[in-house]
Amino acid sequence: MSEISLHRGISMQRIGAMILRYWYLLMSSWPRLLELLYWPALQVITWGFLQLYIAQNANFFARAGGTLIGAVILWDILFRGQLGFSISFLEEMWARNLGNLMMSPLRPIEFLLSLMIMSLIRLAIGVIPMTLLALFLFHFNVYSLGLPLIAFFCNLIFTSWSVGIFVSGLVLRNGLGAESIVWTLMFAIMPLACIYYPVSVLPAWLQVVAWVLPPTYVFEGMRALLIENTFRTDLMLEALAINAGLLVASFGAFLALLRSARKNGSLLSAGE
Amino acid sequence: MTGNDKASSPPTVAERSSSAAIAVDHLVKVYKQTRAVDDISFSLPRGSITGLLGGNGAGKTTTIAMIMGLVLPTSGRVQVLGHRMPEESASVLGRMNFESPYVDMPMRLTVRQNLTIFGKLYAVKNLAGRIARLADDLDLTEFIDRANGKLSAGQKTRVALAKALINQPELLLLDEPTASLDPDTADWVRAHLERYRKENNATILLASHNMLEVERLCDRVIIMKRGRIEDDDTPEAIMARYNRTTLEEVFLDVARGRVNGEKEAAR
Repeated sequence: MSEISLHRGISMQRIGAMILRYWYLLMSSWPRLLELLYWPALQVITWGFLQLYIAQNANFFARAGGTLIGAVILWDILFRGQLGFSISFLEEMWARNLGNLMMSPLRPIEFLLSLMIMSLIRLAIGVIPMTLLALFLFHFNVYSLGLPLIAFFCNLIFTSWSVGIFVSGLVLRNGLGAESIVWTLMFAIMPLACIYYPVSVLPAWLQVVAWVLPPTYVFEGMRALLIENTFRTDLMLEALAINAGLLVASFGAFLALLRSARKNGSLLSAGE
Repeated sequence: MTGNDKASSPPTVAERSSSAAIAVDHLVKVYKQTRAVDDISFSLPRGSITGLLGGNGAGKTTTIAMIMGLVLPTSGRVQVLGHRMPEESASVLGRMNFESPYVDMPMRLTVRQNLTIFGKLYAVKNLAGRIARLADDLDLTEFIDRANGKLSAGQKTRVALAKALINQPELLLLDEPTASLDPDTADWVRAHLERYRKENNATILLASHNMLEVERLCDRVIIMKRGRIEDDDTPEAIMARYNRTTLEEVFLDVARGRVNGEKEAAR
């Protein structure tokens, strides 16, 4: 993959080939498919019952019906979106196939685009059944959020791709020894993204940090919608602007890490 | 200069680079304290088969990796099929391919699925026909719909070779192509490589520890030791210079620092 020739045309055929590669893999392995469904289902069931319990015992939560379960679903879009991206990347490391791809005409931008599309496919497999479970078990219809749901989804998926691109670059540069970052980095932003509580709960200085993260805007926006029936366009636009910056920065970091990997020879020995 | 250049006046660097399949100019690679490749230069004419020999740690794999653009040189220049690597790799990656023990094909995918994916990555026209032809040539038909991970070592090597040939490359880089193969399969692979070179006028650079393989296949040999080129000529000329009858003996002489024949006299 040549990082220098980004100005050349992007090949849909090469992107399609990579998606086909991951699709073949998913279809050949039922544990991989099951894993996509298992965790989101477990999450929504656990948090759904918790929401039921709290709603029966607290006026505020009775009024704010669905904030917990809505937050769980949106958090899963963010987390599973990044995992869907990163796991497809890790599959190449585990299979020792990265050298074949690097030596092929596949370009970094095409590789990353195929990982983004795969994250959407994996997300659809895991999250759509999860939303149906929420509907049938807890009568929470996430689709009733309407158009705002698209704004929430887009902002969350853009953040998940930025994180996915960055951690993939780290693994590319440092080998599978850095794999744990893939699984844990998103949890580092969890307390600051204010998934289950409003930003106002945080100390003032931490609120400044929280507002740097696009997911914070999404979860605040979701609470505004569910509690006050207000769609905060301003929050979504601000999140979109930060996301655009994050995507550019993460892509730049990926290219820099790829160059560094070529420099220190780690593409040849992409193990631990 | 190469041992094969017989022109009356030596070509300029520019002439050599544009006509050669591979032109390596004062290439150096330093990893922290280690000088893996130490100021090597050579050029390979199109249609040639060259063997890159040397013990473990001689710098063969790093050299091949720099030619492929997988590793950036510390200094020096590499041109492949007239294009600078890695700056112009997009112009050339579709015209070359490689096989290496450092990479695998995805294990859960079948042979046909793997070849389909790589065929699409290399924009191979009439891909189904190309896969059928390779399956026929390399005797893959029996297990073409079996997962790669369920194949024997010999079958995997043939599949890796099929992947390396999927785009009918003008330049083929092979790192230990017959390692871990039984003599019969190894001989069969060599015969196929010879035939491929003849039919396609392809250039092959081959790193190997198998001296018989190199003697049989290569019209030129580059011997590396501690990152430097120790010798570079036809197998016959090198054997004559070391006063030896096989490349294996020459290899041992170089590896153990022994000097013989003309080599001894030159020192």
